[in-house]
Amino acid sequence: MNRESIETRVLQVFHGVGLLFFVFLVAFPFYWMLVASLKPLILLAMNPLDLWFSPEDLTLRAYKEIWLQFRFDSYFANSAYVSTLTVLLTVTFATLGAYTVARLRFRGRAFLSRSILVIYMFPAIVIAVPMYALYTKFGLRDDLHGLVLIYLAQTLPVAIYMLYSYFKTLPPNLEEAGLIDGCSRLMVISRITIPLSLPAIASVALYTFMIAWNEFLFAFLFLDSPSKFTLSRGIMQIADNINVSQQLLMAAAVIVTVPVLVLFLIFERYLVRGLTAGAVKG
Amino acid sequence: MACLMLGPPSLIVLSIIVFPFLWNLWLAFHKVRLLDLRRLAWWKLEATLNNFIKVFTHHDLWPALKATLLYTTGGTVLALLMGLGAAMIVHSHFRGRGLVRGAFLIPYIAPIVAVSFAWRFILDPRGVLMAGLLGAEILQEPIHLLGQRPWAMFSLIAFESWRYFPFNFLFILARLQAIPEVFYEAAAVDGATPLQKFFYITLPQLKLVLATLLLLRFMWTFNKFDDVFLVTRGTAGTRVLTIKVYDFLIGEFNVGAGAAMALILFGALGLFLAMYFKWVMPRAEEE
Repeated sequence: MNRESIETRVLQVFHGVGLLFFVFLVAFPFYWMLVASLKPLILLAMNPLDLWFSPEDLTLRAYKEIWLQFRFDSYFANSAYVSTLTVLLTVTFATLGAYTVARLRFRGRAFLSRSILVIYMFPAIVIAVPMYALYTKFGLRDDLHGLVLIYLAQTLPVAIYMLYSYFKTLPPNLEEAGLIDGCSRLMVISRITIPLSLPAIASVALYTFMIAWNEFLFAFLFLDSPSKFTLSRGIMQIADNINVSQQLLMAAAVIVTVPVLVLFLIFERYLVRGLTAGAVKG
Repeated sequence: MACLMLGPPSLIVLSIIVFPFLWNLWLAFHKVRLLDLRRLAWWKLEATLNNFIKVFTHHDLWPALKATLLYTTGGTVLALLMGLGAAMIVHSHFRGRGLVRGAFLIPYIAPIVAVSFAWRFILDPRGVLMAGLLGAEILQEPIHLLGQRPWAMFSLIAFESWRYFPFNFLFILARLQAIPEVFYEAAAVDGATPLQKFFYITLPQLKLVLATLLLLRFMWTFNKFDDVFLVTRGTAGTRVLTIKVYDFLIGEFNVGAGAAMALILFGALGLFLAMYFKWVMPRAEEE
């Protein structure tokens, strides 16, 4: 055997083992989460290694309890409200903003794209202290709209950047034809640009939804009254309660994860394309 | 027109990012406590360096800095290597490849509260991992992975790379798919082995994306709060600088000291950003 075929053979083995390793690594925590939420804690505590689903052991009790007795319905509604509002506003503002950057000429374009990058890299913890002080002073702290405002600031730059790189790839001739036929700019955007950009807009919407739905730091710092808690904040509240079992917490974790996961599985194709378009070269 | 359409986003970003940053500057140089905030006649306050003195002489500043660097370097490098490995695997063709590619992104998109709690239970001394290791007689005694030095730091780094390798994976894979096939064909004609192809074609082609990811992830990990706070609560040698910001702000109600600490973090961020603009961006634009 020569070097070539030895290497090929060895790499094939590595490849197979590596694939199994990564699949296990990614899938196991989520599988475990599901089992731990469905199996009574006693069974899992007696034998932590028995992770099979046997139908007679499974119970939805934890889900019922967390939903009805721990106000998860209200946390869920708050999270849905915050995320939906953030998505709607981000998509609207980002479409208009990105269109402007891509098509209209104005001074300071280079500066603008650079500031977008800076803000993209801006980590949340750096603005946490001043925002905390600011919101406390203006009474926006225990308010879901205060959160929406922060999520908008966090997602808009990336959203504009993603849509901008997509708009640039659209041929301008179509829009020019529309303009010549007497459409206004806004009509061109709504009749021509937006329909052509639906995949990119879907990816922006999904990205924004994930940021808003998953966000932890600001929800945790700012929300004080349980009636306003989002899911992230609500789980912390439940976890602080010493009477809460592992099973209950895992049911909560499953409930938080499912909406993001479902949306991701539906729109995955768009998201991957949107995230990597331009970003690799940016 | 341009003003009208760019107005709302600019306004929001200015008021939520730029203005708070400037205010943070002011807070860092003044003695401000949480309770004063509402009724504070802030224009009457005198500037002071006390916040910085407090932060720099705080008993665990240096351990925190060390923990931050360890966590950041470890988490960044491991996540990058895992991302590279996963991308190399998914790049070759096999059945179910699309499915696997999507699945690999799930740790990154799942809510941090959910995955951190799941991992806390999995790594618990009475959890499934210890049961497995004890059962296989690899260990004689259970280890408290999240509450014991140096295991807590190792676990945190492992968690960090588990959660963020998908980000690297995604970008490396996109770059891999853009490498022209002719390079490999030419190498095959010259009799290059698979490993030679990897080291002399693939890696040089990936250099730029790897450098970019390294810097980006380093920056983000350096300033990461959620993951550390949720996984180890900053115990057992994992009290990083961002946790200290939180401790000043919530633990001591000392807004000024928190702001000073955040400003120091921001200084580090500025340094990384300058590096990015000076070295990585020009090369990226060249390509």
